[in-house]
Amino acid sequence: MSIFVNQDTRLVVQGITGRDGSFHARQMLAYGTKVVAGVTPGKGGQTFEGAVPIFNTVAEAVERTGANTSVIYVPARFAADAIFEAADAGVALIVCISEGVPVLDMTRAYPYVAGKGARLIGPNCPGLITPGVAKVGIIPGQICAPGPVGVVSRSGTLTYEVVYQLTRAGLGQTTCVGIGGDPIIGTSFIDCLTAFEADPATRAVVMIGEIGGTDEQNAAEFVATRMHKPVVGFIAGQTAPPGRRMGHAGAIISGSSGTAAEKMAAFERAGIAVMKRPADVVPLVKQRL
Amino acid sequence: MNIHEYQARELLAKAGIPVPPGIVAATAAEARRAMERLGVPKVVVKAQVHAGGRGKAGGVKLAESPAQAEQLAGQILGMTIKALTVTRVLVVPATDIASEAYVGVVVDRASRAPVVMVSPAGGIDIEEVAARTPEKIFRQTVDTRYGLLPHQAMALAFRLYDDVAKVRQAADILQKLYRAFVDAGASLAEINPLVATPAGAVVALDAKVVVDDNELERRPDIAALRDVAVENPAEVEARGASLTYIKLDGNVGCCVNGAGLAMATMDLVKYYGGEPANFLDIGGSSNPDKVVTALKIITADPKVKAILFNIFGGITRCDDVANGIVTATRKFAVDRPIIIRLTGTNEREAVRILEGVGMRALTDMDAAVEQAVQVAKGGAAA
Repeated sequence: MSIFVNQDTRLVVQGITGRDGSFHARQMLAYGTKVVAGVTPGKGGQTFEGAVPIFNTVAEAVERTGANTSVIYVPARFAADAIFEAADAGVALIVCISEGVPVLDMTRAYPYVAGKGARLIGPNCPGLITPGVAKVGIIPGQICAPGPVGVVSRSGTLTYEVVYQLTRAGLGQTTCVGIGGDPIIGTSFIDCLTAFEADPATRAVVMIGEIGGTDEQNAAEFVATRMHKPVVGFIAGQTAPPGRRMGHAGAIISGSSGTAAEKMAAFERAGIAVMKRPADVVPLVKQRL
Repeated sequence: MNIHEYQARELLAKAGIPVPPGIVAATAAEARRAMERLGVPKVVVKAQVHAGGRGKAGGVKLAESPAQAEQLAGQILGMTIKALTVTRVLVVPATDIASEAYVGVVVDRASRAPVVMVSPAGGIDIEEVAARTPEKIFRQTVDTRYGLLPHQAMALAFRLYDDVAKVRQAADILQKLYRAFVDAGASLAEINPLVATPAGAVVALDAKVVVDDNELERRPDIAALRDVAVENPAEVEARGASLTYIKLDGNVGCCVNGAGLAMATMDLVKYYGGEPANFLDIGGSSNPDKVVTALKIITADPKVKAILFNIFGGITRCDDVANGIVTATRKFAVDRPIIIRLTGTNEREAVRILEGVGMRALTDMDAAVEQAVQVAKGGAAA
């Protein structure tokens, strides 16, 4: 079992002929993901890698191939429109990898997607992977393994680090989701925790947050009141100075709010086992399985 | 991106918000002439730096003659406020104040929408108001399809004033502020204080606008407002090479791919008893040139005693990073020990490249960080 992505995932890649899109489309195919279509306006009728039909529009791709999930690798300035297009085409899950999407664009795209009843993951995220079944995005497949741990994270490479440590210790994952480091993202920690709580195969959850905002505090509240499965948490940015954006648009301590200390305290109050460093994930998860 | 108060005032004035006239001065003599041109009996001389708390730091002063304006500007220019040097002052007429309010627009993460906030407790740090008297802050979430509706602006304005003439002025300002916020691609636009004069006029006395960095590509006019003179030169150089670098005070230089891992690496340096010298994210697809620039920036910091690479190869190829390190050591003297951790995509090729020049690579993050901290402290060499 898994969340959001499984053996029924039929994927359309928006921007499949671009530099990033083509590279990762190949990786996803090699992993065994059902990549059923690609979209690049003007290249409709061509075939990607001799196997995947390319269409001019997402609507056409959905109509002809039954794609139900989309992954977006287009340049940031076109990303919002790519999200609108996927939503209009009736895609149920839209994963936006693109980095640098203006936040005001997302204030329009998010309600639009929600209004169509679709789920958006990202933007500025590594996507998600259900090990051994399908990967949608850019998480390296070889560092993951199937197993009972759900992983949700605001980060990219830090997620890889934690997943890699889990896998090396023999702790596989149901699904790993990178929700993205921007201020406005489609899928929150709470959305993922809700799904992991309902997924019978997930026996423990690892939640990786960072400085900025209050999403982790809200997630902690959710864990305390609504979750029965054990949760292990980490917050990056304990040494970050206030007022500086630490790479991610959302990773900024404003005034006294959004600090790592505040978030770790919220985790502790909620009964979440707090990792002091990434390597702590292994013993803390093992104790709780 | 932060812009100066005088730039933010211009954006608001263009949007039709009443902003008292003001003149920017880079020298004390210019400040004197500015007051003469304004032709008013009293002016306020205000330091232009990207920092709050300018008044408390002595960067905002009242002058009652052009000679005094010159003298005060001379004191303020060159002073440091929160590690930033003042290179310009803004000279504005002193305004008679009947009451001070706060109005602002900010992107709210929780509602995934812009929120307009107002408070009758203006003039002081809004975060202080939020912490001490949250009941004095009023909010309206905005649906970006329709913008701030007139009745919403009126309802907020009634929180600030009883007199309907002032309410109408404030409501008009709020709608214009929201439009200025959207037009600038801002993540924050605020007026603090919004002042009511004894004569009943409502005017913006101060302005702050923070622009979403992701908007700059499609807004060259806004991007041109960037003042690199007040930024850390190393951070400016890093941005030019598509790196994100933030200078800190420690002695372990960090070079990492990915913002989250970069933060976690800094935290781990601290965990092992060291202090990070910087945040540096070389980004996703790091070609060797980026690594060369990164090393140049890190080694330019004299405080750095050890350089730590932490690379988890995904999109980033470890061999690219290894090639960058080797190229850098050939181009200029890297006279500080380098501790390298890399794992993931093309790890074996990277190890071979590094071993070819007598360098070693670790695969474990904790081992590498611990070693870097020891080396920075003057312990065993790498």
